[in-house]
This record gives sequence, structure tokens and C-alpha cells, in this order.
Amino acid sequence: MSDNDQNPAGPIISIHGMDKFFGDFQALADIDLDVGVGERIVICGPSGSGKSTLIRCINRLEAHDSGSIHVDGVELHQHMKDIDVVRSQVGMVFQHFNLFPHLTVLENCTAGPMWVAKVPAREAHETAMKYLTRVNIPEQANKYPTQLSGGQQQRVAIARALCMKPKVMLFDEPTSALDPEMVAEVLDTMIDLAESGMTMICVTHEMGFAKQVADRVIFMDEGRIVETNKPIPFFENPQSERTKKFLAQVLVH
Amino acid sequence: MIQDTVTEELLLRKPRFVFIIFALACIGFIIIDPSQSAVGHFLAPVIGDPAESGFHGRFVTSFTLALLFVLNLIAISLLPAFRYQVIVVWIELAVLFLAFFYSFDLSFTFIRSKIGFMITQGIFTTLYVSAISIAIAFVIAIIGAVAKLSSNGFAFAIASFYTSFFRGLPLLMQVYLIYLGFPQLGFVIDAVPAGIIALSLCYGAYMTEIFRAGIMSIDEGQWEGSRALGFKFGLTMRKIILPQSIPLIIPPTGNQFIAMLKDSSLVSVIGVWELMFLARTLGNKTFNHMEMLITAAMLYWMMTMVLELIQSRIERKYRKKQKR
Repeated sequence: MSDNDQNPAGPIISIHGMDKFFGDFQALADIDLDVGVGERIVICGPSGSGKSTLIRCINRLEAHDSGSIHVDGVELHQHMKDIDVVRSQVGMVFQHFNLFPHLTVLENCTAGPMWVAKVPAREAHETAMKYLTRVNIPEQANKYPTQLSGGQQQRVAIARALCMKPKVMLFDEPTSALDPEMVAEVLDTMIDLAESGMTMICVTHEMGFAKQVADRVIFMDEGRIVETNKPIPFFENPQSERTKKFLAQVLVH
Repeated sequence: MIQDTVTEELLLRKPRFVFIIFALACIGFIIIDPSQSAVGHFLAPVIGDPAESGFHGRFVTSFTLALLFVLNLIAISLLPAFRYQVIVVWIELAVLFLAFFYSFDLSFTFIRSKIGFMITQGIFTTLYVSAISIAIAFVIAIIGAVAKLSSNGFAFAIASFYTSFFRGLPLLMQVYLIYLGFPQLGFVIDAVPAGIIALSLCYGAYMTEIFRAGIMSIDEGQWEGSRALGFKFGLTMRKIILPQSIPLIIPPTGNQFIAMLKDSSLVSVIGVWELMFLARTLGNKTFNHMEMLITAAMLYWMMTMVLELIQSRIERKYRKKQKR
């Protein structure tokens, strides 16, 4: 953490030569990736290409097998003492929301700050309402998650992650489990967040979102980063055959 | 089971089936020979003295009873609602039951003189021993379930050894082992605490499995969501996982409590003055064994009926909550 304070230009996430296996299956191979503060990255690729696994390694929901991952100057490894500190600084939004169904929307948002960061109840409450207002659902604060639509739930999940005041936000296919008419409200929330300068890594199939907000688009296939580029050249002039094929399939529809 | 919207014709509307039932009932009654019973005496105008009526009397009484039985079946099947059918059958069975006990020629004055003590001493002891034991078993089960799910080999080994041992021995033997075994180690232990320890350890072992299943049924995403916010294991367990698994655990725990209420009769062997113990001892002096056993049986039955009623309420409440 202190490294970064002295050197704000350095990457907030830096991954080098990282491999990940599930049994004999190599899920990720030789991943190198540096993410600067305020950078917005979209990762795309066919299913099974390892994109979700990659971002789940960044807050160590998955363990990597070799290479290194540094988050805000802290190296992730099996015996680290302060993984909870790293995780509380890395917000994550899941495909299936993973809200806590026995807590109200407001309690979902105050749980992290109050229980982990030991923020006083009143302050946590104010922060939660601020972010719920920002994702446009302050009026749902006292409902339970299952009383909301999918799109609303995902926006609560974004607010919940933001309440921890994270330095990075990870999005793991945030719109894939939503009904089509609810995708836009979640993407709008994400675009708004991107414009506020949040560092974001998004695994998504929403190419329009990638074009609009990404600083870099990463294409992955079979556990490797195949191509990295700025959005306009990435979509208009893809370099590798596999990227061309993938984009042809995705963009036709 | 979900009832189909299309039902077959009732069997009792088919003459052949009704006849078969009647014939079987007739044969059954002839084998039992009801001619010497109250029914035989009632039919004395037709068959003469039941004791001397021979096969004629035996046949006539059997025929009459079989006829009554089949008419009763048809009458019940004609009742309009499921509810009424259930009530009528219950009442009939209860009356038969009472008639059966009545035929023992029980001394009701004896029962009346003892029942107060059986309730204040027997039921009270049974209930408080069971309640304390289920509370302790609940705590043991949470710890056991967490240990059984942990990746710590040491914790898993202790928990699985514990559940294997206490589920593998008869409860009666555990009661003896604890009551007689502790003094061998130098701790003299009273009967009540020994009974409570045995019951809690045994039921704790069964409930460990219930709790384990309850915890495992919580979606993985809840763990990941908690972890991603920086929750440590204990916090996740306490605030996220257990609050969601408790509603799944409560209904089977209620069942365990009902089972324990009955199994607590086993601690009577070490002299705890609960219901079963009183049932065995109170009638001894005057040879009124049957009176006390039947009274205790009825008291157990009534207790479990009340608890089952409460249990179904609880179940309904939690089912509603889950749908929320």
C-alpha cells in the first residue's frame, strides 16, 4: 500500500508469468498483465478461455500455481496474513450477484464496512445510501434482494462493492445472468462508474460497452492472452486469426 | 405427493371389490372367533347362549361384524371431504383403542391416584432432561459440523470419530457407559447429569450430520461474496452462512427433539425419575403394571402430538420465510 502512495503512477495490479491449473488442465498460461490506476480493461474471449479464472485470481478466490500477482504492491501467496485487507480493497461483482438473501439491501451494503472496516453504523449507513443513490435504487434500501429484479440486484451488488471504497473493481460477466431488458441499466451504472475514474477490469461479452469505455481490450483463448489493443484498432483491425473469428461470431448479431 | 387431477373410480364403488373385502373380513373374523365377545352376547337372541352356539354362533357373529365393517368403509368413502374422512377414521380408531384397553379391566381409581405425580414429576423431568440435552446437542452439532467440513485433518478426524462412535453404539449402552464409566475415572456423577450427557452426545452426533447438510446446502456464491468483501472464516460463518442454514436446520431439529423425548425413557435404567421410570415403579407394589404402562404411553403420545403440532407450525413458518 505504502509503495503505491509514494509512486502513484505504478501499476495497481501487476501479474507476471502466471500459470493456473485445475488438476491436469491448464486454465491459464504465462499471463502477463499490468493495470495502471484509473485504467479500464475489458477482457473477452470464448467460454472456457480462462477470463473469469484470471480475474478471480486477482482477489485470490482462486490460487495461482506459478508466476506472481501483486495487488497494490502486495504479493498474493498461500500464506499471506492480510488477504482480507487486499480483498476489501478489490471490489468484485459476480455473474450471479451473490447478494446475501437474509439481509436487506441496506444491510448488504453496510455489512462490509461495519464488520470488516469497523466503520461506525451511522457512517456506514450514509455511505450505503450514497452509493445506492448513485446506482439509482435508494428507494429499495429496506427490501430484501429476492424482492428485486435481476438488474436491480446487480446494481445493489455494485453498490455493495463500492461501499468498501475499493481501489479496483472486478466485474465477472455482470450482465450474463440478466434478462435482456435489464442489461442496459447495469451497463449504464458501469459506464457511470468508469467515467468517475475507477480502475476497472471487466469480463464481458458486451462489445458496445468495450468500445465506449475501455482503455484496452484483451482477447483470451485457451488460457492465454492472444491480443491486447485499444478498442478502435482491436475491433477494426484485429491482428490474430482467432480474434477475427471470435469477433466475426460476436459482432454479427 | 401431488394428487393427479384425474382420479380412477373408487375401488369401493366396484361390487366385486366390496364383495372380496367382505369375504376376507368374514374369514378373518371366523378365524378370530368373536362369538364369546361382547358382540356375541349382543347377538344372543339369534344364536342363543354364545358359549354353546358352536359354529353357528361363530358364523353369525363374524358375518355381522364383517357386514358392519364393510358398511362402515362405504359410509366413510361417501363422506364429502378429505377432512371429514380423516376425522371419522381417527375417532373410530381411538374408540377401538380405548375399548381394547378397557377390556384389560384396569383400575381407574389407581390411575387417578397416581396420574398427578406422573405429570408433575415424570413429564416435568422428561421435558427438562430432553430440553437441556437438545440445547447442548445443538451446540455440539454446530462445532461438529464445522469440524467435519474443515480442511484441518485433526478437526475432521476428531469429529468423524465422535459421530462414528456415538452413532454406532446403542443409546442404552451409552447411558450405562457414562453412568458407570465416569466413577471408574474418579468422577462420581449423578443420574440426571449422566443421562443428559449421554443424550446430548448421542443426539449431537446425529445432529452434526443434519447441520453439515444444512451448511453445505448454502450456495458457494455466498462464500465467495463474503470473501470478496474481506470477511474472514468466522465472520462469514456467523453472519452469512449460519443465519441462512438455521432455517433449514430447525425443522429436522424439531424432529430430533420429538425422538429424544421418547429416547429419554432410556435414562430410566439409571434411576432418573422421569415418566418411564415412574411407569415401571409406581405400579410395582400393587401389581398394577398395566395401568401405569398404559398411562405413561398415553402421556408420551399426547406430548408428542402437541410437539408435532408445534413442529408443523414451525416448518410452515420457515417455508414461508424462504419463499420471501
